[in-house]
Amino acid sequence: MVTNNIEEYKGVYVFAQQVDNEVSGIALELLGKGKELAAKLETEVTAVLIGYNVRNLADKLAEYGADKVILVDDPELEVYRTEPYAHALSSVINKYKPEIVLVGATAIGRDLGPTVSARVATGLTADCTVLEIGDFPLVAVPGQEQKHNQLLMTRPAFGGNTIATIACPNNRPQMATVRPGVMQKIEPIAGAKAVVEEYNPGFTPNNKYVTIKEVVKAVSDTVDIMDAKVLVSGGRGVGSAENFKILEDLAEVMGGTVSCSRAVVDSGWKPKDLQVGQTGKTVRPQIYFAIGISGAIQHVAGMEESDIIVAINKDEDAPIFDVADYGIVGDLNKVVPALTASLKAEKAAKIK
Amino acid sequence: MKIVVCIKQVPDTKGGVKFNPDGTLDRGAMLAIMNPDDKAGLEAALRLKDQYGAEVTVLTMGLPKAADVLREAIAMGADKGILVTDRVLGGADTWATSTTIAGALRNIDYDLIITGRQAIDGDTAQVGPQIAEHLGIPVISYAQDIKVEGDKVIVQRQYDDRYHVLEAKMPCLITALSELNEPRYMTPGGIFDACAAEITTWGRADLKDVDDSNLGLAGSPTKIAKASDKVRKGAGEKVVPESTEDAVAYIVGKFKEKHII
Repeated sequence: MVTNNIEEYKGVYVFAQQVDNEVSGIALELLGKGKELAAKLETEVTAVLIGYNVRNLADKLAEYGADKVILVDDPELEVYRTEPYAHALSSVINKYKPEIVLVGATAIGRDLGPTVSARVATGLTADCTVLEIGDFPLVAVPGQEQKHNQLLMTRPAFGGNTIATIACPNNRPQMATVRPGVMQKIEPIAGAKAVVEEYNPGFTPNNKYVTIKEVVKAVSDTVDIMDAKVLVSGGRGVGSAENFKILEDLAEVMGGTVSCSRAVVDSGWKPKDLQVGQTGKTVRPQIYFAIGISGAIQHVAGMEESDIIVAINKDEDAPIFDVADYGIVGDLNKVVPALTASLKAEKAAKIK
Repeated sequence: MKIVVCIKQVPDTKGGVKFNPDGTLDRGAMLAIMNPDDKAGLEAALRLKDQYGAEVTVLTMGLPKAADVLREAIAMGADKGILVTDRVLGGADTWATSTTIAGALRNIDYDLIITGRQAIDGDTAQVGPQIAEHLGIPVISYAQDIKVEGDKVIVQRQYDDRYHVLEAKMPCLITALSELNEPRYMTPGGIFDACAAEITTWGRADLKDVDDSNLGLAGSPTKIAKASDKVRKGAGEKVVPESTEDAVAYIVGKFKEKHII
């Protein structure tokens, strides 16, 4: 592989994903992580903001840690499409030469990231859960140069059965997509103002520009499960869409939100945006109730970082009990309503 | 219409996972299946064939035994299979893999290339878009519905809270979601065809416009520093309460202990 002049590449860049002129949570999480990596490398973190009429979002990026914002603003960029966005981001990379580029592992980033990495001819590590600065190889090997200040990217593979730490020692930028919900945002710096640099590489539609015929939004009035402090999550064992009512009642008394496993989405009981797991969202609430969820490895990968996991399942051997802090073997149809009633009573007693 | 479906033979991740000493996968030691998203992509291609008439070629890169998934695809209804296999291609990351597959595809006429969104071993979702990039054709990822109108495809592209209906002029590449369809079974006639079918085998020399420095382990920009079985958070307590009241008392007690309530 053709290697580039690594020394020229400086700074940590974050793709500041926005949809409908709203900054995605992942962009703020990446800024938090990017700031930490930049501090170790004694450099700055730059947000790359791509869209149309999105300059108004720059200050928010500054509040969450961006030292600088590079703005690519063009009518072609109004709604996400692979080509104009890939052209925007790869042009920024070729012009500014960052050493690290972080992209959210979202339905947008997992399309944009690979296209851009192939275009700028570098490596890309998918769906990272840990990012650190360190040496490659990790331990010095006789006869092989050990490179310092490398981005070490850790990710699950094989459906979460294994983890691998990956480096990109000979090419720049070092690129990673990062799972939403894993990195921490910083406390926003109120009133921070962004240093904005505008750059437009020019957009000339070619064969790679697809046409958007229609945008169909799922109707959902629920809060994003990634922001919830308490999640009451149901699986196939709940039995029906109607029976989710008992989970909703528990969520209400706990001040939480209902989420679900893939089986529930596949059965059409709940929409996709409530799905926790490898093909859904990664969540880390303070309390996660796993109700009637067997605990397939793909589900566990999306919730095991929760502070406290409470599992209720009638199958004593369900793998969910291997990750639960408190596991109750029992009938969810009896335990859940009784628990809701008891918690309600506790709450009422406290108010008195 | 000519459709190429890129498929991958993957270890069934429900079984055990084994490594070579260099941290790469010991694929030889694991049970192998056709990757689920790829199978949905194949089914989508076969439905287009049923509806509009098409020649469906399946292509895979892997060890010689990966010919098994090509035969399975032919038994489902694909017309021919191409196996790309060569010792120098081993240990490839997504850059080197997509470079290899693009090099093979340059030998073939195609209107539509379909890949699965991601494979259950690596879970990267990178190879499809990267193949499109190397070939200079449009990519539509995460397809949940595919239609053909003349020389165009109309695709529903899934996002977290919405989908876009996209139109692209062929040739283009689409990555398929498992949600797209329920793949058909092999037919007895298909199995007969598959046994008789000749699989085309290509090696390094058959790849077009590809530089050696972009192939295999050596041509992979990403390097594995460490790979291991995942260390999971240990199990906490598990109780089998005698009554619903006991179960509730247990949880409420724990929540009080932790000052949650």
